[in-house]
Amino acid sequence: MNLAALEDDHEAMFDQGWTDGLPVVPPTEARVARMLEGTSRDAHEVVCLIPPNLAECSVEKVAVNAVLAGCRPEYLPVVLASVEAVCSDEFNMHGVLATTMSVGPILVVNGPLASQIGMNSGINVLGHGNRANSSIGRAVQLVVRNMGGGAPGGVDRATLGHMGKQGFCFAEDETGSPWTSLAEERGFGPDLSAVTAFCGEGPRLVVDQRSRSPESLTRMLADALLGAVSPRMVMGLDAMLVISPEHMSRYRDAGWNRTRFTEEISALLMVETDGIVFGAGGIEEGIPEGLAGITVPKFRPGGLLVVHAGGPAGLFSAVIGGWLNGPAGSEPVTREVIP
Amino acid sequence: MNTHAIVLDPTAEDRPAERERCLRPESLAGLTVGLLDISKPRGDVFLDRVEERISGLGARVKRYTKPTFTKPAPVDLRHEIATTCDAVIEALAD
Repeated sequence: MNLAALEDDHEAMFDQGWTDGLPVVPPTEARVARMLEGTSRDAHEVVCLIPPNLAECSVEKVAVNAVLAGCRPEYLPVVLASVEAVCSDEFNMHGVLATTMSVGPILVVNGPLASQIGMNSGINVLGHGNRANSSIGRAVQLVVRNMGGGAPGGVDRATLGHMGKQGFCFAEDETGSPWTSLAEERGFGPDLSAVTAFCGEGPRLVVDQRSRSPESLTRMLADALLGAVSPRMVMGLDAMLVISPEHMSRYRDAGWNRTRFTEEISALLMVETDGIVFGAGGIEEGIPEGLAGITVPKFRPGGLLVVHAGGPAGLFSAVIGGWLNGPAGSEPVTREVIP
Repeated sequence: MNTHAIVLDPTAEDRPAERERCLRPESLAGLTVGLLDISKPRGDVFLDRVEERISGLGARVKRYTKPTFTKPAPVDLRHEIATTCDAVIEALAD
């Protein structure tokens, strides 16, 4: 697009509808060419179709949006893998946009590339202030908006939304964790870099400054997880649990590995349906009365994604509730990052 | 004033095809009306009532259901509705 000499480039790009409301970096030919140096992939290679309009998207178009978002060239491979994950049939980006629930793609980066490109897995990990975290998540959202047509108020019908929809991307703290990583759990070796896309709402803090045993802390985390999205929703949604380093030290000290933790917390994440049927406790919302009298798990097998991240001080973790799961909703999707 | 004369387009650079809307029928008498349930709770309650009302107006009703409300209707379902119905009413939800 040619800009007139007296035109303000920031205002012109906003007027074109290319932004998420914040200023963007002008995608000049030189900047896009530099961005493309961040990947070994051909600029004209088709990455995928971008929902909801199912627009064919090339590596170059992703690069243009990565420039807009403020990415550095070395972030581009993570952006490309994220776009592929989010635009897969299993992730169902069209449904994630169209739902009135307040969810969006949350991207977790694993493997050596995360630290090589300067991603944050420590202090304020779920917040702002790190260029790679902020701009990678933003670039993916701009691709969906600009290439796919998925803009708020259009196909994006969220009643409330959340600030993470501006871009929500972070790295797992693998070096400080005694457990296997999220990507390893999902079948990717520790030497590979990978990104996992999870459809989720905003993070909710879980405060536990008293538990000294893994058993006590696990009960507390389970209590918080039972309320994810709604205490009356069971099985039909997934959740992500972000365990901070100080909370993780309870498990390290006691010698619990990820398998032991999963077994212990799964036993606690059981719900007696008598308490959540329509009308129970004076609340009309719930599950059908015909399901009363049984005990069911809060999450389906594998429906709890556990990540280790956060600053070194603070006895807090975070629950990120999901959206509808399975073939009728959104599945977490992991893709290898190809340099 | 801008400092960059040319910026690259981040969009798909496509333009939506414009199609004329079908005229609204003056009467439903004798027409086939599809009622599409998108599979949200209580959509059937709404459509049952709509079926009662428009059947009384002389319309033939055909009922359809999307496999899930979270995804667009399958192509085959859209084709079937388009080729067998004169009008369609889609029930949203809740």
